[in-house]
Amino acid sequence: MVDTWIVATIVAVVAGVVGFFTVLRGSAFAAHAIPNGSFAGAAGAGLLGINALIGLGAFSLLGALGIGCLGRRGRRDVATALTLTFMLGLGALFLSMSVEYAPQAYSLLFGEVLGISTNELGPTAALAAVCVAAIALLYRPLMLSSVLADVAEARGISGFRLELCFLLVVALATTMTVPVVGTLLIFSLMIGAPAAARSFTNRPLRAMALSVVLALLTVWTAIAVSFTTNYPVGFFVGAISAACYAAGRTWAALGRRR
Amino acid sequence: MSDPRLAAVGQEILAIEGVGVRLGGRDVLKDVSFTILPGEFTGLIGSNGAGKTTLFRVILGLRSPLSGSVRIGGRQRSRRNPLIGYVPQKYVLDPDAPLRARDLVGLGLDAHRLGIPRPTRARRDRIDEMLAAVDADGFANARVGSLSGGEQQRVLIAHALISRPRLLLLDEPLANLDLRSGHDIVQLLARIAAEQQIAVLISAHDMNPLLAVMDRIVYLAGGRAASGTTAEVVRGDVLSRLYGHRVDVLHVHGRVLVVAGEHDDDAGRDREGFARAVRSVS
Amino acid sequence: MSGVEGAIFGHGFFDSATVHVALAVGAAVALVSGVVGVFAVIRGQAFAGEALSDVGATGASAAFLIGAPSLWGFVSAGVGAAAVMELIGIQRPRGRDLATGIVLGASLGLAALFLYLDTTYHSTTGATATILFGSLFAIDSSTTPVIIGLSLVALVLVVLVQRPLLLSSLNADMAAARGIRVRLVGALYLLALAVAVSLSALTIGAILGTALLVGPAATALRVTKRPGTAMLIAPLIGVAATWLGVVLAYDSFYWPPHGHGWPVSFFVVAVILSLYLLAGLPRRRRARAVAAPDGVR
Repeated sequence: MVDTWIVATIVAVVAGVVGFFTVLRGSAFAAHAIPNGSFAGAAGAGLLGINALIGLGAFSLLGALGIGCLGRRGRRDVATALTLTFMLGLGALFLSMSVEYAPQAYSLLFGEVLGISTNELGPTAALAAVCVAAIALLYRPLMLSSVLADVAEARGISGFRLELCFLLVVALATTMTVPVVGTLLIFSLMIGAPAAARSFTNRPLRAMALSVVLALLTVWTAIAVSFTTNYPVGFFVGAISAACYAAGRTWAALGRRR
Repeated sequence: MSDPRLAAVGQEILAIEGVGVRLGGRDVLKDVSFTILPGEFTGLIGSNGAGKTTLFRVILGLRSPLSGSVRIGGRQRSRRNPLIGYVPQKYVLDPDAPLRARDLVGLGLDAHRLGIPRPTRARRDRIDEMLAAVDADGFANARVGSLSGGEQQRVLIAHALISRPRLLLLDEPLANLDLRSGHDIVQLLARIAAEQQIAVLISAHDMNPLLAVMDRIVYLAGGRAASGTTAEVVRGDVLSRLYGHRVDVLHVHGRVLVVAGEHDDDAGRDREGFARAVRSVS
Repeated sequence: MSGVEGAIFGHGFFDSATVHVALAVGAAVALVSGVVGVFAVIRGQAFAGEALSDVGATGASAAFLIGAPSLWGFVSAGVGAAAVMELIGIQRPRGRDLATGIVLGASLGLAALFLYLDTTYHSTTGATATILFGSLFAIDSSTTPVIIGLSLVALVLVVLVQRPLLLSSLNADMAAARGIRVRLVGALYLLALAVAVSLSALTIGAILGTALLVGPAATALRVTKRPGTAMLIAPLIGVAATWLGVVLAYDSFYWPPHGHGWPVSFFVVAVILSLYLLAGLPRRRRARAVAAPDGVR
């Protein structure tokens, strides 16, 4: 049981850090599309008889690359939609070929946090460290490119390369968090907490820290309630994230009235 | 006072020679040549579509010209030229983004470096100094996205200035400002140009707000440029040669009006503008 | 000639009632999605379209739970979510996408709950896949008239407001200055979007309905610069892709693994993506794409 809490904590930290930039860059759609599409990879892996997580990771990567490259010349949301739907089309194909996959589908989509084992902790923590380190490293150029893309280009900061790197970090982050909250809902953890955090502070690093704190609260509460009611964790994550967002919007609106 | 980044003392800060650019099958710029000296306040005047932004992109190294050369501080142009500061025409600062004015200005110092900025005393002082120079210290801790157009403009100028450029490019800074704010920005820039010997190149489609402070005007029309003082350039014969058709210059109450002869296509411009808006969404 | 025909169209293709329904319903849905999708692309609301079809899954799983037909679950959930998105009412694209994501996250959480209750009480573990991926070949033919009727409603709605919708999509301030009720037009469009998307989600699957919405429209907008023309080309592309998908899916019955057939949705999506990529090829030589409207990249 302790392992569940540890993994959940790791997941929340990653979601808060990566989510800060997801919200800043308006990449909510990509954060939804990448884990969603990666689901197809899990199905494909099942067909080949290899670990589902490997398939998941591979398709997350493909999704990130697809969105980044297609989005370079076309519109970003169109690129995201087409990449997502194509990967899901592949998922439908793989699913149709394997019969015994259906029950696994549910837990991959919505999460089964109570099934974490101790030897998964190490790799999960390592991957999380990579994600956080990548964001810390890219912090300055990513900050400028997200807010003033043209000025960043003029300074020699390639928006395309940064977008690609960022999407790859999102892919990594969502792949490693899937066992806890599932592919469908990791993204709501990644956008609810940071969206709320930025209403409470106007300093970037503080907003990132607050995103982590709110993500932790969300996940811990969701697990606790899920444990007692037996209802899926994902349901509570979705609901609490929405509540966080609403609280943040309310606070911001009240602030404007002053 | 000589800057080690300049190839030679007294060198022109910007030298453009015979630059031509082709965009979408059209020769937007054919043969543009002019030079700018350090500390000069220059207005790049031209109507919408004349190629002002394109020329800026060439100077910034973001677009390669079909022909001609661009030298900055005596050296060939390149991307990420630390001698140039840039304020773009269009930018949208998300009102919800958690970024203070001082954070954005701070990014001007070292955005191209990896990692998280260390909050040293020296850094903080430099940021404060820049904010004061553009009269932005009043809203230094406010969210950038919540500032007014004029205030955001100041913050972007401070962001561009903090890395000590010798040439400041501003793309149509007056386009979305009211007259009062526009006037304040022009005064601010003129002061910076004079005090810090930074060459300022502003693009605009209306030269009137700049008449009082311009040292030099570069008039862009028909893909070519005429450069000199206002008295030398803003004349019927010079502009007519540039445009390729009859153009008159009227002086009314101290304002300058450039009027096309018989070739009046205001109606066409409206449709053209709409068509361009449609093209931009696909 | 019949040899070639026989090779393209599998045995019994034209006689099968299932195929007839699939072609008719698929065409109706593709038509509506294509037209509605043009505006979704112009307005940068591809995410809203995708989210609404996912929300439809929530509605369908709720419908499953109470034993109601999933069609109404889809549509009412979609319309309900559209209403919530409108009420949150953010006009800037980034903020709007964020709100869309929150609504989507909350409804998917609900879907998780419904499906959990469903499997607990009804133990139908296949429900997940069916709801999410759907099948053109599995439509109850009694719902065909309803589907076609609702498609017409969405289509008529968009055609009626197309002028003010186009103007307010390109430049909201200019449209407001001309007296257009920008928010009302936007809300009406979102309603049409919700209906169109719910229908396509039902036929080719909740998550895949987006392909018919976004793909043909984006392809059409790459081919022509005029929205009016795009509104004619996009449905044609969508119908062609759907029909081609049906043909290929029918033929695939004989492909490995035998006796199974590949899903229609896979073929439709593959054709749509291929067409989009093909339409983008000539652009390689030309100048970089012009920037999208403020805030939308």
